[in-house]
Amino acid sequence: MITLSELKDILADEDPQAIEDLAVKAKTITSRFFGRTISLYAPIYLSNYCDNGCLYCGFRHGLRIKRKKLTFDEMAGEMARVSGAGIQNILLLTGGSRKQTPPSYIKKAVEVAGEYFPSISLEVYPMTEDEYRQLYRSGVDGVTVYQETYNRKRYSYLHPTGKKSDYEYRYLTPERIAKSGIRNISMGALLGLWDVAEDIHELFKHLSCMERNYPGVEYSLSFPRILSVPGTKFKSINVSDLTLIKLMCLARILFPRVGINLSTREGEKLRDHALGIGVTRISAASRTSVGGYTGTGENDTQFDVRDRRSVREVVSILKAKNFDPVFTDWRRIKNGP
Amino acid sequence: MIKDKPLIIDGKKIKSRLFLGTGKFRNKKDVTDCIKASGTEVVTVALRRIDLKRHEENILEYIPKNVNLLINTSGARNAREVLRIARIARESGYGNWVKVEVVNDSKYLLPDNHETVKATEMLSKEGFVALPYMSPDLYTARELVKAGAATVMPLGSCIGSSRGLKAKEFIKILINEIDLPVVVDAGLGFPSQAAESMEMGADAVLLNTAVATAGNPKALAKAFALAVQAGRTAYLGAPREEKDSASASSPLTGFLFEDKK
Repeated sequence: MITLSELKDILADEDPQAIEDLAVKAKTITSRFFGRTISLYAPIYLSNYCDNGCLYCGFRHGLRIKRKKLTFDEMAGEMARVSGAGIQNILLLTGGSRKQTPPSYIKKAVEVAGEYFPSISLEVYPMTEDEYRQLYRSGVDGVTVYQETYNRKRYSYLHPTGKKSDYEYRYLTPERIAKSGIRNISMGALLGLWDVAEDIHELFKHLSCMERNYPGVEYSLSFPRILSVPGTKFKSINVSDLTLIKLMCLARILFPRVGINLSTREGEKLRDHALGIGVTRISAASRTSVGGYTGTGENDTQFDVRDRRSVREVVSILKAKNFDPVFTDWRRIKNGP
Repeated sequence: MIKDKPLIIDGKKIKSRLFLGTGKFRNKKDVTDCIKASGTEVVTVALRRIDLKRHEENILEYIPKNVNLLINTSGARNAREVLRIARIARESGYGNWVKVEVVNDSKYLLPDNHETVKATEMLSKEGFVALPYMSPDLYTARELVKAGAATVMPLGSCIGSSRGLKAKEFIKILINEIDLPVVVDAGLGFPSQAAESMEMGADAVLLNTAVATAGNPKALAKAFALAVQAGRTAYLGAPREEKDSASASSPLTGFLFEDKK
């Protein structure tokens, strides 16, 4: 495992040749283990109700935004629209409200999604092992959970209220997910909340520990950069494109077979170039507001989408760059015993 | 000379001893080109990658009808999941040849031999033709024979590694002791490594990454096919054993015959 000081040295090195060398190494490894394939997915926001007070988030409890939770009919409409555009891997998201969107609501949403998508992932509030197990049996293949920041003091400051203020419970979430039988876990840190090197070093240690203890899980990493959100006083730490690319290269070199996700938070230029280096899974044509695909929802988004290209446009870019877009990477089988 | 024995799987005579995988290619047309260039007759496809919704993205559309489709169970973590995937494949009309792939380690992607044996037994009972991918181990191979496997497919080295026949000694034991066809699967990065596998007596090789990620996949597919043929021909010609150094004839026991000269 890389040491923190080695990681800091790499991030501080601005020699273009050293960066190119890093990218070439990452590209070679990606090609060996993933070939020329890139998987596609899209998110659907089911609700923006939240009980947590994360200082950096546009959905946090207490902010005066229009709150909405999709009915099951409304979510079917969103799913039909996304599925119709060709997407087959779906990521369902909610805000962190167990009251408004309890596990039973999420379970029902998964059952609705099962009518449209062969592969379903969740990005919702952390749950118990048993709740994850029930969702797995309902057809959930993957769960995304970010620690946000691994610095405990900073974490406490940024998450002053709600269940999310419990650092330990969140840190142990990937373990509970793995024990439940769910096959994919996506981990990450929200870049810009704390010193990037320290957070990423802890993230790599966390992933390493998970790989050793739960080897049967397919892991992926995300490197979301937090942007300023209207209505919050939070000021993020700037994380440059150069740093982001270096982090993805390092992740690929240290974890050759781990997937690397890149969302539409990032702009076209960066996304297109990152494809050749280490990214293996990208979202396309995302809407980040509740009801955003059918236009029935509110305007408030969790973050701004910077790459607004359609699925068709993204596919044609991939093909022009000699990548094979993968729409389906899983076929629903009955999960569990 | 060694007498040539045809490669027969499920009663079908397979002429080409090169089996090809279909993952990791930059586009699906390359898959067709490589199948044609190599003359392969057995092509493996992961059920998880068969896209039923988009005709132009469905890998099956790019596989000539005359080749044998070998559905692989990529993504299965235990025997139960293998069986579920195999059943879906058969119900979908993809035939009953199944490459049993049980991986419960996402870091090294090594097959789980114990679950592989269980899966093979379950598949055989349901009438599938099971071709299990395995770590080369004699006891497991014997269990696979009992479980009804159609072949055994030991890995040469870790999948996608291009490290060649790192497990050579153990594969050799399987070739000597197991009566089923032995197909070297995974880890072969260069045609010379495929030739080496065939030279030592493997019945066939299965590869994917080396061709799919080549600068010119079609050329590599052809090169591998030629290497496999060369290796097989060499095996049948029984090449001399390799020696560490040059040796005069009978340096140790020649004295016994000196009086007769």
